[in-house]
Amino acid sequence: MADTAHIADMDDRKFTLNFGPQHPAAHGVLRMILDLDGEIVTRVDSHIGLLHRGTEKLLEYKTYLQGMPYFDRLDYCSPMNQEHAWCLAIEKLLGVEVPRRASLIRVMYSEIGRIMSHLLNVGTGVMDVGALTPITWCFEEREKLCVFYERASGSRMHAAYFRPGGVHQDLPQRLIDDIATWCDQFPGKLDQIEGLVTENRIFKQRNVDIGVVDQRTILDWGFSGVMVRGSGLAWDLRRSQPYECYSELDFKVPVGRHGDNYDRYVCRMDEMRESVKIILQCIDLMAKDGPGPVLLAGSKLSPPRRADMKNSMEALIHHFKLYTEGFHVPEGECYAAIEAPKGEFGVYLVADGTNRPYRAKIRAPGYPHLQAMDHLCKGLQLADVSAVLGTLDIVFGEIDR
Amino acid sequence: MVTMMDTQALTDLAAHIEGRMPDAVRSWQIHVGELTLLAERDHIVPLLRFLRDDQQCNFESFVDLCGVDYPERSERFEVVYHLLSMRMNHRIRVRIRTDEETAVPSCVPLWPAANWFEREAFDMYGIQFADHPDLRRILTDYGFEGWPLRKDFPLTGHYEVRYDDLEKRVIYEPVKLAQEYRNFDFLSPWEGMTTVIPGDEKAKEG
Repeated sequence: MADTAHIADMDDRKFTLNFGPQHPAAHGVLRMILDLDGEIVTRVDSHIGLLHRGTEKLLEYKTYLQGMPYFDRLDYCSPMNQEHAWCLAIEKLLGVEVPRRASLIRVMYSEIGRIMSHLLNVGTGVMDVGALTPITWCFEEREKLCVFYERASGSRMHAAYFRPGGVHQDLPQRLIDDIATWCDQFPGKLDQIEGLVTENRIFKQRNVDIGVVDQRTILDWGFSGVMVRGSGLAWDLRRSQPYECYSELDFKVPVGRHGDNYDRYVCRMDEMRESVKIILQCIDLMAKDGPGPVLLAGSKLSPPRRADMKNSMEALIHHFKLYTEGFHVPEGECYAAIEAPKGEFGVYLVADGTNRPYRAKIRAPGYPHLQAMDHLCKGLQLADVSAVLGTLDIVFGEIDR
Repeated sequence: MVTMMDTQALTDLAAHIEGRMPDAVRSWQIHVGELTLLAERDHIVPLLRFLRDDQQCNFESFVDLCGVDYPERSERFEVVYHLLSMRMNHRIRVRIRTDEETAVPSCVPLWPAANWFEREAFDMYGIQFADHPDLRRILTDYGFEGWPLRKDFPLTGHYEVRYDDLEKRVIYEPVKLAQEYRNFDFLSPWEGMTTVIPGDEKAKEG
């Protein structure tokens, strides 16, 4: 008895667990130090930065155009949405308006990006709680969207398709038709996935009433996107601070009620259906408006036409200057935010009148969300940590930058 | 996009804030439809609390905090706050100035969300935050030295990391560049590259 007396003094239920950085449920490279009391989490200390690449530093050394592809590499689940924020920030300072067709293409591809991101999140989130089939079905559809990315930009993932002043190339009509065809069949596929997951007993046991986000948490912890809408607040930048042509499109903002993991899952599923509607509206509007320029014509932002360069010295000089020196952005500062799939993605841009940004701060939605892990997981079981992490929808490309 | 009414509403809001917090607000400006307050560093916490709690402002959501470096200024750093009001549907930006030594009062007591953002500003610029609960580095490597986003920090950094097969471990060594980063001067019509190319010194000798 004397031998075990000291063990009774020491609280042997309390221990510290290292989670990650290489763990499938960490959704990238996240290291968490979890303080546990038995199976109950008492503290979460997240160590991030393992994917830090110094994007903001690199942007200061590149022209505005050269900086653009870095945005694909932030949230690599929906690359074009990030490019969009960068282009909007530059356009805001330059005071230019993009052509109508470019605006529609941008919105269409932003929504494709939203579906890509949500499919990945739903698939992996469901896998985190033990369901292995839905992810394969999600990736089946996601793969088709990657092909649409490739057919527009030449790259499945790191598209570099948006440009300040529009988009790089016009879309061929066959591609637009194929996107429309895909949109017709996709809701059926969503039904199939929902049939597996939504009413599934195990999935509900693992997610209902877990990771509840209340209104106080939303405001205190700087939440945005689905993390807000899952709790019943209809806050969507596409609706409340519309950019591009969202104000003329008809879509609903799905909201949850309880703010738990399950409601966020349902929100994402509903948002994908709304995105399909937006894509179809864009296709209709493009057909109605007919062909048009997709980059600001005759501006210093866009390259001259290849044919002009064969005959015009000025066009040749312009092309050379645009791709070496780049365009200059007038002095000033601005903040441009978009409703990215994961929440409010913002770019705070300080320009000093040269061809390179003086400072570009990237406000990633996942950053404050992940920060709240300690707040959300306190008192939950260890197994809930990965379920909560899954519905936060974090991607380390954007968090670590 | 930016309508006259928006600007009018922002002007009213700025006048309201300036009237209520005359000590804290140094000046304000509206550029591309965005309101920016230039504030006093020592009054930043009362100002932010006012912005959060006042019914007309209602900036309850903390969006962003970041540093900006202007090495030529006596107070070289700016700390920039971005706030959002979901209820009133407007945004505001607050800027304050500080230097390497002077600590900025932390706003973590107002918004827990500011915690990581202040840690990031500390990590990237070395900006000190007074009364921050946990001012550790966040994005850089364990044991990292230097302030990477300062303008005088080289783009390549000082150390590079690789796995050494002989030592069977990851080793750190000073950066060796096969080729200098080519920095072009686009502001002067006469100068081309600003980096010194081997052989350039001969031109001056001759």
